[in-house]
Amino acid sequence: MTVLSRRAATTQRERMSRAIWLVLLGLLLLVLPRLVYPVLALDILAWGLFAVAFDLLFGFSGLLSFGHAAFWGSSAYATAFLLSHGQSVPVAIVGGLLSALLLAVPIGFLSVRSVGIYFSMITLAFAQMVSFLALQWTAVTGGENGLQGFARPSVLGLDFSNSTTRYYVCLALFAAGFLVAYRMVRSPFGQALQAIRDNEQRAQSIGYNPFRFKFTAFLISAGLAGLSGSMYAFGHGVVSLEVVNWRTSGEVVMMTLLGGTTTLFGPVIGAGLVLLLRDLLTTANLPVGIVTGLVFVLAVLFFRAGLVGTVQHWLRRKSADDDRH
Amino acid sequence: MNTQFLLIQVFNGLVNGAFYALLSLGLAVIFGMLRIVNFMHGALYMLGAFVAFALGQILGLGFWPSLVLAPLLVALLGMALERTLLSRLYGLEPSYNLLLTFGLTLLTQDLVKQVMLSQYAVSSAPYTTPTVLTGVVNLGFVVFPKYRLFVIALALVVCLVTWFVIEKTRVGAIVRASTENPVVTRSLGIDVGKWVTGVFGVGVGLAGLAGVLAAPIYSVEPYMGAELIITTFAVVVIGGMGSILGSIVTGFAVGVLAAVGAAVYPPMANTLVFVLMAVVLLVRPTGLFGLPEGAR
Repeated sequence: MTVLSRRAATTQRERMSRAIWLVLLGLLLLVLPRLVYPVLALDILAWGLFAVAFDLLFGFSGLLSFGHAAFWGSSAYATAFLLSHGQSVPVAIVGGLLSALLLAVPIGFLSVRSVGIYFSMITLAFAQMVSFLALQWTAVTGGENGLQGFARPSVLGLDFSNSTTRYYVCLALFAAGFLVAYRMVRSPFGQALQAIRDNEQRAQSIGYNPFRFKFTAFLISAGLAGLSGSMYAFGHGVVSLEVVNWRTSGEVVMMTLLGGTTTLFGPVIGAGLVLLLRDLLTTANLPVGIVTGLVFVLAVLFFRAGLVGTVQHWLRRKSADDDRH
Repeated sequence: MNTQFLLIQVFNGLVNGAFYALLSLGLAVIFGMLRIVNFMHGALYMLGAFVAFALGQILGLGFWPSLVLAPLLVALLGMALERTLLSRLYGLEPSYNLLLTFGLTLLTQDLVKQVMLSQYAVSSAPYTTPTVLTGVVNLGFVVFPKYRLFVIALALVVCLVTWFVIEKTRVGAIVRASTENPVVTRSLGIDVGKWVTGVFGVGVGLAGLAGVLAAPIYSVEPYMGAELIITTFAVVVIGGMGSILGSIVTGFAVGVLAAVGAAVYPPMANTLVFVLMAVVLLVRPTGLFGLPEGAR
């Protein structure tokens, strides 16, 4: 084989494997409510999209946001608030998404000019500010009590009191959000973003404005985090201060890392794993924080490629070996 | 609002500022040497308070011996963690060490929570103020608890001594040289790795000390460090990383400013530090004392 044709074969094989992954993930999500109880399945969808949104910044832009709970949480609160004030489900979900976007404009503007650890500290601090505001603004957030028992009036004959119905509605939203992320990282925009991540100065010297790209990526990521937050509020039916807590920001980092950064599918798998583990530990009455903390530490030390990353690596090496024979 | 009340707020602000200063000083020292941000700083602060509490329960030790012993134990633990875990990630992106120390934070907090619940059946425990320091002092213009004045004074002394050692002594020269250029420093026959561990120990020891000092004021609780460390991050961003003296000054100044601001407009009590951070980021993205990115 010539070099060129071999490269073409590799890209074709990669495209094939991507399609296979996509189909597998789709099938898994279609039958998920039969494998675990529906509310847990709903959580996996919402957190999965949340982790994908986070990875757009962490994996694809090189920006470790430690404050993504701000967007997830503000959207969850906005959705719950709109629902409890008699708005319809579509309005509430769009309203949640918009509120996250609105919040992302000032936070993103102030934070994406910084890089590295600085960016992490700034996003964390802003998220903490949002968390304090949520605690104080009881008229909207319900303060310590949170928001619950809000109506979810049926739309187009869909009965939202049924959790399985809610799951499939959320699956459609998830698919839309995932598609946005999928298209984004493969678009020229996404390619330029990754070039900036790998070498900012070089990207700038060939005419890309790093600030504009990173700011746009921040907004898209926050918007998708917002969509997932409203899915969470709609699916879960309860919104408490936990959604804006710093631990929520950390949790999404952990999910992404465990599943595998820059793999797109990985964060979804990671979200599923973490939620299943947490569910298992809670039922077995084991200390959740200690075990998840330990898993986090071990993952950072020894398993940074994550589950999907490791599998992909292994498959790629195998196919390279096959080529040689 | 009268001046009396404002003055009390200034002093309360100095107390908060003392904790910000001790913690951000430790963070700055560690960042200077290791180029990492220690997320665990808040958990080690909590551990300082918890160790003091546990020393009292198990060995019957009071405040004074604990004030020395607890920070030492925290420093030892920190050094062990640096050697065994943190050092594995030095060649990688600094973000990974932030993640590692975040994981260790979750672990530490929940371990302490578990121990407190199982051993002492409490989720938070008060810690008695030493008898010499109970009561109030009349400063002429304001009456203020003795213990809080002690906290301000001790924090100030410890901060200034640390600054002096780093800026003016031979030990400090070695530390600064290792910060500036580890390769050249190593070629001069100095074991930079050992100094890294030592400096990490000092940095987290300061957090442990802050924890012991905080115990009589806030009582001992597994999550006491979590919110404090995030506010301290904001303080670090305001001051800008890279200056030892800057981190001390910013710590105290932000403490006072936030307390006075809270007196003027109470709903802002919790959020003022973050608003300050936003303003500083807008006008001076590298922080008040920070160097421009290229100069580092």
